[in-house]
Amino acid sequence: MNEILVIVARLSESFMLNCKLFILTLLFALPLGMLIAFGSMSRFRPLRWVVRTFVWIIRGTPLMLQLIIIFYGPGLLNMPFSWPNGGPGRFVAATVAFIINYACYLSEIYRGGIQSIPVGQYEAGQVLGMTKTQIFFRVTLLQVVKRIVPPIGNEVITLVKDTSLANIISNKEIIMMAGEYSNKGLIWPLFATGIYFLVFVGALTILLNWVEKKLSYFRA
Amino acid sequence: MAILEVKGIEKSFGTLKVLKKIDFSLERGEAIAVIGSSGSGKTTLLRCLNFLERPDKGSIVVNNEVIFDAMDPTTQRESEVRKKRLHFGLVFQNFNLFPQYTVLKNVTLAAELLAQKHPNFKQEKKAILKEIQDRGKMLLSQVGLSEKLECYPHMISGGQQQRVAIARALALEPDILCFDEPTSALDPELTGEVLKVIKNLAERNTTMIIVTHEMDFARDVANRVIFMDDGVVVEQGSPKEVFGTPKEERTKQFLARYKKD
Repeated sequence: MNEILVIVARLSESFMLNCKLFILTLLFALPLGMLIAFGSMSRFRPLRWVVRTFVWIIRGTPLMLQLIIIFYGPGLLNMPFSWPNGGPGRFVAATVAFIINYACYLSEIYRGGIQSIPVGQYEAGQVLGMTKTQIFFRVTLLQVVKRIVPPIGNEVITLVKDTSLANIISNKEIIMMAGEYSNKGLIWPLFATGIYFLVFVGALTILLNWVEKKLSYFRA
Repeated sequence: MAILEVKGIEKSFGTLKVLKKIDFSLERGEAIAVIGSSGSGKTTLLRCLNFLERPDKGSIVVNNEVIFDAMDPTTQRESEVRKKRLHFGLVFQNFNLFPQYTVLKNVTLAAELLAQKHPNFKQEKKAILKEIQDRGKMLLSQVGLSEKLECYPHMISGGQQQRVAIARALALEPDILCFDEPTSALDPELTGEVLKVIKNLAERNTTMIIVTHEMDFARDVANRVIFMDDGVVVEQGSPKEVFGTPKEERTKQFLARYKKD
């Protein structure tokens, strides 16, 4: 009995790493994705080209590979830059990789959302003498948000589970922790990790549904 | 004296010449109907007047002030354009109401944003906003929608939406109100209520340019009819002249085709 409690405590503790990675990624990737989206829609061709190529590379390669390159790359290439030593360094490297990866996916959702707003909405704002900024914030933004909540929700839920990929650069997250037990022949902790993810995703789903409902007062 | 003078407007999209030297003028209180087949340039003309398209040549004069001159880039700066386009109001074919705002907010939003530039906005905020609200309610009652102030656009019919759009365009008190086929997106049974509102405006001597396919309505409401074809004004005159005794062969053909439909 006592051993079970110890294992649950250690699983819970390691799941905090997944949670931290999840929150930090969202915090930075949501706004960064918006910047990338604007870059990929820029009227300045070279910028658009660079941004779209970057998005292609990030979306076109496995996140696992990106984690490895970002963590080991600086050392292997003798860059003057290096990650901090030990656990914190591994965690920061993983967070950076996740932020870049998710910002690229999110940027495409933003771009799709922005471009799906009928041009008549912009024109209606224009003929009423609104500035571009006013049109973006007062007319289109909420319509974009409403349209992108479901696909963003998808990404967010994927992110919860993707956080366990951070163990490829030895971040001790929950799957890795459970793996240590299964290596010793104890298999149930590995199965138990599923419960953590299910509960987390369940809570997120409720939150996302609430947001969708909040925005259901209008149709666009 | 003419409130609006359009001089030699030309506009091409790529190699396609949509407007070929358009000249006309409009008197205060006058309603003109612009008729013509699809692709004749009617909508592009309205879009040029409202600065949604930039003409390649020509100029637009409102109240003796040159508000656009293709040769003079200072008339085309964005901040200038924003001010000057307020001489015009535009009612779109597809209404283009803002879906996330109530009917009343649709009408008042632009005025509220403009009021922020008022020098005493901070001190008199309450009074200014109240005035805008009252004006919005007044306009909505004028188009018969006093009951719908707090509705969202998706909750009302197409005809009602278009009436809101008319009130919204009137809220900024434009000198000239433009309609781009205001009933073309509506079911036949809903066109009547919108046409009635426009007719009402005409009776109050609102200066208007109405692009329309409703010939009976044009005859009924307009002081003057302009027939456009292939990017030029082919013929203009009173409804009686244009519909009754058209001079140009192209006008006759167009009207004959309409009668058959």
